[in-house]
Amino acid sequence: MTTQMSPMKKTLLYAFLFVGVIVSIFPFYWMFVGATNPSGEIFKVPPNFFPGTHGWENFKNLNENVGIIRVMGNSLFITLTFTALSALICTAAGYAFAKFQFKGRNQIFFLLLVAIMIPYHVTLIPLFEIFSNVNWLNTFQAVILPQVAYPFAIFLMRQNMQAIPDSLLEAARVDGAGEFHIFFRIVMPVMRPALAAVAIFLFMFQWNNFIWPLVVLQSQEMYTLPVALSSLIGMSRIDYGQVMMGTTLSTLPIMIFFLLLQKQFISGILGGSVKE
Amino acid sequence: MSQSNVQGGTRVKPKENRNRKKWITPKTVPYLFILPAVTFFLIFTVYPVISSLLLSFQTRVGSEYEFVWFENYIRLFQDALFYKALGNTFLILIIQVPIQLFLAVIIAVALNSQFVKMKSFFRVAFFMPAITALVASSIIFMIMLDENYGLVNYLLSFVGIEPVAWLSDPFWAKVALMVAITWRWTGYNMVIFLAGLQNIPGSLYEAAEMDGASKLRQFFYITLPQLKPIFLFTFVLSTIGTLQLFDEPYILTNGGPNNATMTITLYLYENGFRYFDFGYASAIAYVLVLIIGVLSWAQMKWAGEDK
Repeated sequence: MTTQMSPMKKTLLYAFLFVGVIVSIFPFYWMFVGATNPSGEIFKVPPNFFPGTHGWENFKNLNENVGIIRVMGNSLFITLTFTALSALICTAAGYAFAKFQFKGRNQIFFLLLVAIMIPYHVTLIPLFEIFSNVNWLNTFQAVILPQVAYPFAIFLMRQNMQAIPDSLLEAARVDGAGEFHIFFRIVMPVMRPALAAVAIFLFMFQWNNFIWPLVVLQSQEMYTLPVALSSLIGMSRIDYGQVMMGTTLSTLPIMIFFLLLQKQFISGILGGSVKE
Repeated sequence: MSQSNVQGGTRVKPKENRNRKKWITPKTVPYLFILPAVTFFLIFTVYPVISSLLLSFQTRVGSEYEFVWFENYIRLFQDALFYKALGNTFLILIIQVPIQLFLAVIIAVALNSQFVKMKSFFRVAFFMPAITALVASSIIFMIMLDENYGLVNYLLSFVGIEPVAWLSDPFWAKVALMVAITWRWTGYNMVIFLAGLQNIPGSLYEAAEMDGASKLRQFFYITLPQLKPIFLFTFVLSTIGTLQLFDEPYILTNGGPNNATMTITLYLYENGFRYFDFGYASAIAYVLVLIIGVLSWAQMKWAGEDK
């Protein structure tokens, strides 16, 4: 198509897009402004529209208030452990479902597909009872374990694994490679792009996970970022500089990561439904 | 690249391997590969789903659970607050989801225009909200929508609009919730639509162009029908997401004012973990399962019939 667009229409099109971009981005800017100013500044009339120099102060107060350094460490530890464990388990299962014939395969896989539809909230109360019975309330494993076998991740890995040619696996078997050797040294490396997308998906799920950690974590030194942030909101006197600093600390690492790996990120967050 | 790795990579010692792991054959190994996933799945999903169903027929008397048949469900169907939560959730579903999908399509179509440069910049910018934690985005909106000192009311004052009680008026609190959700999810859906648009064959438009069809006609007669599967996909995703709405109302309004933003999952959480009424909360959870099940079935049937 080589039709032309009138300059007027073009301007309107760009104006529409730029307004959209401002709406999308401005709240992030506002968060930085809030994080670097004393609590009162963003609530002044007229408000202060520019980043200030109070960031370090907010950070220090936030650390005294909820132990934000420790909280960030908790979030990082929980998220990384979960992502590694879940990616490995789901990849192994996806591989078996895609590349092997075995009894019960279709039935088990069907059960996993059904589980994708079931809201996670149904499991909250029994999970709480399970962890309470083994005295694991308020522990990291209680946050990490319940979602490790993530049905959607297994489903995605199976879809991607189907592209691996059987001849590649057969050739390795003829060469005398063991099954685990094949999985770790052949399948995993070939699957690297899919693995990256699934890992980002799992990472984002756990980093932002809220309701279950809120239920199971009971003391401040165990809190993850979302739970710590929500506890700040619940305080009788809310210091908004600190709150915005906390929000920034939960968003900024992901944002940098996102800007560096845009394509993998988008396809990861969308669960591989968009292929680049 | 990986193939050459296989041949040139680490050497296996077949003999040793075979002696040590005789029982690991292509017949048995798939079970080993699914074992961890299936074990975790049984303990942390299948068991809780069943246990929750049983729990929904029980109630705690003292420290023991007692089987009470449908008592929890009967109580639920007489619970005005539950109806309110249900009504709020569906109201958000009916109003917010179409607005969000409409916005997403419009932006995607605009971005897909051949005249737009810096496409990847726009795509990243629009997608940015989708990377924030729901808790974080809700907090930012809570601050911007503050009634007395919030930025939004300050900006509205320039066009002569009186301060809006975003978070303390039952009507505006729902609007605030919808605004926050729309901000968080529009870009996410837009990227899905954009991918769908890029898959529409250009020849369709060329043919329409030759027949003299206007851009608007092309949009309604080519773009929208071609996007139908994507609409269905995003609609199902948004529906399931909205029915499980929790983080945003918990942070933004905590269900208030006067339960105007109480949602099904927020009510479930309150009964389960504020009043520790596990039986009742489980009944709420199962009603939610039922609703999602019925809606998903209806949507899939609707999609299937249209082939």
